[in-house]
Amino acid sequence: MAGNTFSIRRPLIGLAIVSLATAVLPYVGLQEYSLSILTLGLFFAVYAMSWDLLFGYAGEANFGATFLIGTGAYTAALMSSNGVATPLICVAAGAAGAVVAGAVLAFPALRLRGPYFGLVTLVAVLIMRQLIILFSDKTGGEIGVAVPDVIAIEAATNFHIALGLAAVTALVLYLLVKSPFGLILEAIGQDSVNAQVLGFNIVKYKLTAFCISAFFSGLAGGLMTFYLGTASTNVFVDASVGVQIIIAAIVGGRRTVFGPILGALFMAIASEYLRPLGSLSELAVALIALIVLFFLPGGLLGLVRLARRPS
Amino acid sequence: MKFLEARQLTKRFGGLTAVDKVDFDVDKGEILGLIGPNGSGKSTTMSLVMGLHKPDAGSIHLNGVDIAGWAPNRIAGMGVSMVFQHSRPLQQQTVLQNVLLACLPNKVTHLRVTDAQRDRALESLRLVGLGGMEEKFPSELPFAGLRRLEVAKALARDPDLLLLDEPFAGLSAGEVREFSDLIRNLRSAGRALILVDHNVKSVAALVDRAVAMSSGQKIAEGSPREVLANADVRRVYLGSQSETVGANVRKRKSEASPVLIVKNLNVTYGKAQALSNISIDVVDRGVTAVVGLNGAGKTSLFNAIAGLLPSRGEIAFRQQSIAGTPAHEIARSGIVLCPESRELFGDMSVHENLQLGGMHLSSADKRERLDFVEQIFPRLGERRGQYARTLSGGEQQQLAIGRALMMKPKLLLIDEPTLGLAPIVMDIISESIETLRKSGELSLLLAEQNMVFASRHADSVYLIEHGAIEWSGPADQFVEQVGGKIL
Repeated sequence: MAGNTFSIRRPLIGLAIVSLATAVLPYVGLQEYSLSILTLGLFFAVYAMSWDLLFGYAGEANFGATFLIGTGAYTAALMSSNGVATPLICVAAGAAGAVVAGAVLAFPALRLRGPYFGLVTLVAVLIMRQLIILFSDKTGGEIGVAVPDVIAIEAATNFHIALGLAAVTALVLYLLVKSPFGLILEAIGQDSVNAQVLGFNIVKYKLTAFCISAFFSGLAGGLMTFYLGTASTNVFVDASVGVQIIIAAIVGGRRTVFGPILGALFMAIASEYLRPLGSLSELAVALIALIVLFFLPGGLLGLVRLARRPS
Repeated sequence: MKFLEARQLTKRFGGLTAVDKVDFDVDKGEILGLIGPNGSGKSTTMSLVMGLHKPDAGSIHLNGVDIAGWAPNRIAGMGVSMVFQHSRPLQQQTVLQNVLLACLPNKVTHLRVTDAQRDRALESLRLVGLGGMEEKFPSELPFAGLRRLEVAKALARDPDLLLLDEPFAGLSAGEVREFSDLIRNLRSAGRALILVDHNVKSVAALVDRAVAMSSGQKIAEGSPREVLANADVRRVYLGSQSETVGANVRKRKSEASPVLIVKNLNVTYGKAQALSNISIDVVDRGVTAVVGLNGAGKTSLFNAIAGLLPSRGEIAFRQQSIAGTPAHEIARSGIVLCPESRELFGDMSVHENLQLGGMHLSSADKRERLDFVEQIFPRLGERRGQYARTLSGGEQQQLAIGRALMMKPKLLLIDEPTLGLAPIVMDIISESIETLRKSGELSLLLAEQNMVFASRHADSVYLIEHGAIEWSGPADQFVEQVGGKIL
C-alpha cells in the first residue's frame, strides 16, 4: 500500500531501456548528419529538463535559461582558449561557474514576489550579452570564442556524450522530484503560503532547485561548446534560445522530467525537416508548438499519461 | 505567563485599520474563540499570529519569545500550525503524500521519507478519520474529507498552538459535531487552540473563552455566555432597537410593481447547491436588503442577477426576462453591480475611476453624471486627483458606489457596502444611501451582514441562510421576529 507511494522503479527501467536502445543508433546505420541533429537535440533536452525543474515543480518561470547555459559555455571556452586547463576541467569549471552565477542572481530575485523573478532572469541574459559584446577583445564579441581543444572528434562518441549527459540528468532530476525535496518543491509551486505554514523556507528550496538547474545547464553548455568548437552569443546567450527551451519543455510536458526530452528532440528534428521552408521554418515550428499547447495542455507526455490513467 | 500573549496588535492595509490594538491570550489546554462578522479583522488577527502578515505594531509572545513579524516558516518551526478555511491540497499527490509533506523537516538534503515520518502521517490520517484513504487523491474526497485532510496535515506537525480558520464553514450538522469532538480531543492533548468563526452560537459550546471583534477592535472578552450577553456584541449583530426604528420615514406605497422579480432561482457550484429556489421582489425606487451571514449565498445571488453566474429560474427586470442575457447587456439595461471587493483601479485617480464608469456616456452626460456623484459624495470631489489606493476604506466604498452610479443604473446592487468600515464611516454610507433613495432615480438592492445597517434603510428585508430564503417581510418587523435567531 504505502510502498508504491514513491514507486519509481518502472520509469527508471524505461529510461535505462530507451537510453541503451538509443545508444546503438550509430551502429545500425544512422548517418553522421542525423546523429549531429540528435546530439544537439539531446543537449537541448538537458536545458529543457533543467528549466522545468524550476517551472514545472517550483512554479517559477526562468526566462534566463541562457544566462546559466552561457555562463557554462563561456567559462569553459575562455579557459580553454587561454590554455588554462584540459577540456574536462574547463567543463567542470563551467558547471561550477553557472551555479555560482545562478546563486548570485537568484538569491535576491527569488525573494521578490510576483513576476519579478522572470523579469530579473530575462534582464540578466540581456546584460550578459551586452557585456560579451562590450568586451569583445577578450570574449570574441559577436563572432564568439573558438576552443582549440576537442573532447572527441567521432560523431558517434559525441552523440554518446550527449546521450549520457541527458540520461544522467534525467535520472538525477527524476530521483529528486520523487524525493521529499521534490514534494516540497511542488507544494511551494502550487501554494507557497501553505508551504510556509507547514514550516518550509521557500526561498531556500527554490534557490537549491535553481542551483541544480544551473549545474546541469552549465555542464551541458560547456560540453556543447566543445562539441561545436566555439561559444557564441547567438547559440548560448540569447533570449530567443531561452524561449525555445521553454517551448520544448512545455510541448514535451511540464512537470514530467522526461517530457522535455521529447519536446527538445521534437523541436530539433522539426526545425531540421522544415529547413527547406527557409525563414518560414521558425514560424512553422512555432505554429506546431502552439497547436500542441492548445490541444494537449499536458504536452506530448501528458498524452501518454492521459491514456494510462482513465479518470 | 500564558503560552501565547498578543498585545496591542495592529495591522493597517492602506487607509483601513484591519486590526486595531487587540490584546488576547491563550494557554495550553484551552480553546479561544475569535468571533466577529465578516470584515471585523478576526482572520487578519490569526494571519498575524501565523506570520502571513507582518503586524504594524504590537507584540506576540509565544512561550516568552516575541515572534511578531517573523516569517511563517519560522513561526511554524516554533510549533504553530494553521488550518485554512479553504482546503488547498496538492491535487496530483495522494492523500498520504499530502500528509507526509507536513511531516518533512525544513532541510533540502532530506531526500528519503523515514519510517517514523510515514507512521506519523498514517497516525494523523487515522486520528481525523481518514484511515484507509491513503492512496486516494484529494479530488476523490468529499468536502468534509478535504477539511479532515487539512486538519491531518496540521496534526502531523504535532503543534503546540493550532489555528483554525472557520473550521465549520460548509459542514453539515453531523459533521460539525464530529469536528467539535476532534477539536476537543486536541485540547485534552494539551494543545492551545484558536478558533475563528463569524457565528457566536455555533462555537459557544466548544470554546473556553471568546474574544469578539468588530471593525478591527476587540469589543468583548470572556466566557461565551458573557460575550453573547454583551451589549456591544448584540449591537454589532442585531443593532439596538432605537437605531432600527424611526431612522427613516418608511410608509411606502408598495402598490407600485417591483422593478426586479426573481423567481425560483437556483445556482450550483459543482456538487454544492449555492442557492435554492430563491424568490425576491425588489421595491421600485426603494431599498431592498438581502441579509445573512458570510457564505449564506448573498454574493451568489447578486452575481446571478448581474449575469456573472449561470443560474436556473426566472429573473425579470421591468417586466422583461433577463435570465440568460450576457452580463454586459444586463449592465447596459440598467442593472449595475457594485461588488464586495470594490474592484477599484488602485493606481488611477478618483477622477479616472469615475470616468471609466461613465465611458459609454456622451461628454455632456458624463459631466452631468460627475456632478451628480460629487454632489452625493462631496469627499470624492475633494479627492479628485488622488490615487484610489490611497483612499481610506470608507472613501473607497464611496468611490465604488460613485463609479457604479456613473453607469446610470436603474437598479443598483451593492454587495456588502459596510464591509470592514468603522461605525463613523458607516454613517457616511448611510447618508449617501438615503440621498440616493430621495433622488427617486433608482432602486437599490443591498447585501448585508450588518443587520442593523440593512434594516435601518430597507423597505423590505430578505434573510438568507444556506442559500435559501428563511424569512422575508417589512424591515420594522425584522428584528423582533428573527433577531434572536441570528445571534
